[in-house]
Amino acid sequence: MNDPRVVHSLDDVVEHGSVAICCGSGGVGKTTTAAVLAVQSARRGRRAVVVTIDPAKRLANALGLDELSNEPHQIDPARWDPKGERVEGGRLSAMMLDTKSTFDDLVTRYAATPEQAQRILENSFYRNLASALSGTQEYMAMEKLHELHEEGDFDLIVVDTPPSRHALDFLDAPKRLLRLLDNRVFRLLMVPTRTYLRVAGAAVQMFLHTISRVVGTEVVDDIVAFFRSFEGMEEGFRERAHRVVEVLAQPETRFVLVTSPRRDAVEEARFFAAKIGDHDLAVDALIVNRVHPRFGTELSAGLRSRADSLRELKVSGREATAARDRLSACYANLADFNEIAERERAHIETVRVRTGAAPVSFVPYLAHDVHDFEALAEVGRILFPDLPDRDGSEPTGAGPGQ
Amino acid sequence: MELDRFCSTSRVIIVAGKGGVGKTTVTATLAVAAARTGMSVLIVEVEGKSGLASAFDRPPLGYEETELAPGVRGRTLTPDDALLDWLRGNGLRRISNRLVASGTLDVVATAVPGLKDILVLGKVKSLDLTRAADLVVVDAPAAGHAVTFLTSARGLLDAVRVGPVNKQASDVVELLSDPERCRVLLVTLPEETPVNELVDTAYAIEDRAGVALGPVVVNGCYEKLALDGAGVTAASVLRDADLLDVFVSEREAEDLARAAGFRAERAAIQTHQADRLARLLPLPQIRLPFLFTADLGYQEIGHLADALTEGVAAL
Repeated sequence: MNDPRVVHSLDDVVEHGSVAICCGSGGVGKTTTAAVLAVQSARRGRRAVVVTIDPAKRLANALGLDELSNEPHQIDPARWDPKGERVEGGRLSAMMLDTKSTFDDLVTRYAATPEQAQRILENSFYRNLASALSGTQEYMAMEKLHELHEEGDFDLIVVDTPPSRHALDFLDAPKRLLRLLDNRVFRLLMVPTRTYLRVAGAAVQMFLHTISRVVGTEVVDDIVAFFRSFEGMEEGFRERAHRVVEVLAQPETRFVLVTSPRRDAVEEARFFAAKIGDHDLAVDALIVNRVHPRFGTELSAGLRSRADSLRELKVSGREATAARDRLSACYANLADFNEIAERERAHIETVRVRTGAAPVSFVPYLAHDVHDFEALAEVGRILFPDLPDRDGSEPTGAGPGQ
Repeated sequence: MELDRFCSTSRVIIVAGKGGVGKTTVTATLAVAAARTGMSVLIVEVEGKSGLASAFDRPPLGYEETELAPGVRGRTLTPDDALLDWLRGNGLRRISNRLVASGTLDVVATAVPGLKDILVLGKVKSLDLTRAADLVVVDAPAAGHAVTFLTSARGLLDAVRVGPVNKQASDVVELLSDPERCRVLLVTLPEETPVNELVDTAYAIEDRAGVALGPVVVNGCYEKLALDGAGVTAASVLRDADLLDVFVSEREAEDLARAAGFRAERAAIQTHQADRLARLLPLPQIRLPFLFTADLGYQEIGHLADALTEGVAAL
């Protein structure tokens, strides 16, 4: 179990972590961050893999994820390390999670016979379960993580998490699925199809009859057939789910909380941090993307009043009037940026109360979206400023200042 | 176009876009702008999130309608709410509690994917039929889910051919495919990935859901400065200061110039992305400004409603 008192730097995450979970709300740059961490780890000589969930198209292309394959594939080092600076042994792989085939693999593994697996895989209730049940994607992400971890081909597995409606579904997803598989009403019915109405108790009969009336007997037959086929596999699934959750709690697992500094994202991040704490885990690093730059140290209020008084300045002549308007607009603009930087910083502080000693890194608003290795390297230089290969150029307005 | 005409083109407006683009902000803005023209507006929040109410400086919404602002009411309508509501409406009140308590509801909803979506939209339909408000604004699920949300009904029509589910699905299809009753307002940011995803979403919604699309709202646009930011240098700032006989330190001149340059650079990128969107997607755009000065609250929504009104007028 993670000891919340142990402080891990971002360097530690990529150098010593064996699993890094990137979590946060949608649209804050989780996938990009996950890719950056994997690249940095590979540069430091480790065998790293990034498991993405739903990458934006161009990033997927950059990572060579054009074809859906549920296994990691290695990326040519010439692409992520063009200057050949990596520590020897460093390898970078990537994969895109395929929820359905991960689930299929699981069924095949735990079925007693190939026939049982086949029956389940062909059942339409199962197909919906594998593709449409909310929480399945989260669970399968964790399942894939467990599988890669057990195979031991990687030193660091970086996992992107699905944009959940309810933050941190991935911690609860295994339980949720197990609860569904444990459904008592249908477990009572593990008797040959069509006879269920005769065998089941009167109350259950009524109940199922009503459901059939609403969604049709075919659907109910499918459900019953699924539960029948699944019989005997619950125990395997339960143990497996238990082990998946254990990976999250081992000491080499790092939680990286990703957020933007906007109020709504920060509110979610706070909720995440609290939820991670509820599971006796701890946030190891906080990464704040899309931070507005702060220029200088002057407070916005002073700048704003300077802009206002300049605007009121009495001048004569066209040239002086133009100069006054320009200067006043410049002050108003600087006040705008420093005001939003101050506010963003204040928002982040409310998360830091929850993340304790976890280090926080700021990634400024970048001029372009991050969808190739060059851009990933740029973010890498911001997140890991001590890299030996740093070329010395400052990213525009790095971070919100002190 | 006049705002009241814009807001009465259809009685239901579904606001959709990917996470983080300001969908909820636009929902609130549209509602306030419409209410100003004298319409009664009902906001329907389908994900049970708290963001919407805080835009009105109010505590989180519940299943019961509450007044959020003059002329604007709000309520949640989560899939679970809608399902229970529907069961009760179909004489199944007695089993609804049992369905929930036994976990069978999850099993059934899994067996019939899209069931929850059509129940939410079905409820929206009945809000429309009972004229619960002059305008119903729905804050839709995030982009990927939005497509599923809007296409479920067609899928279900094929999957469940008879019975109450089929009836519900066909009612929903009817609502969605009638532009006088319903249209979708897409929201994006003037940035590369959000623009790309919006284009995909727009075509998917139009092709597969058959819903009419309204203008695209481009949120978070930097407003133009009263100067050419790209031309500002520390030296030019110091020259202006000299001319006006005011003191500006060299360091401050440096900061002022960098800030002006940054704004100009971002604004140029935004314009480029918005123009690119216009080329990729032949829909009119309404641009809403980025708010530097405060977190979103009722006052800020008011500013955005002004901008929306102007944007609509320019259509």
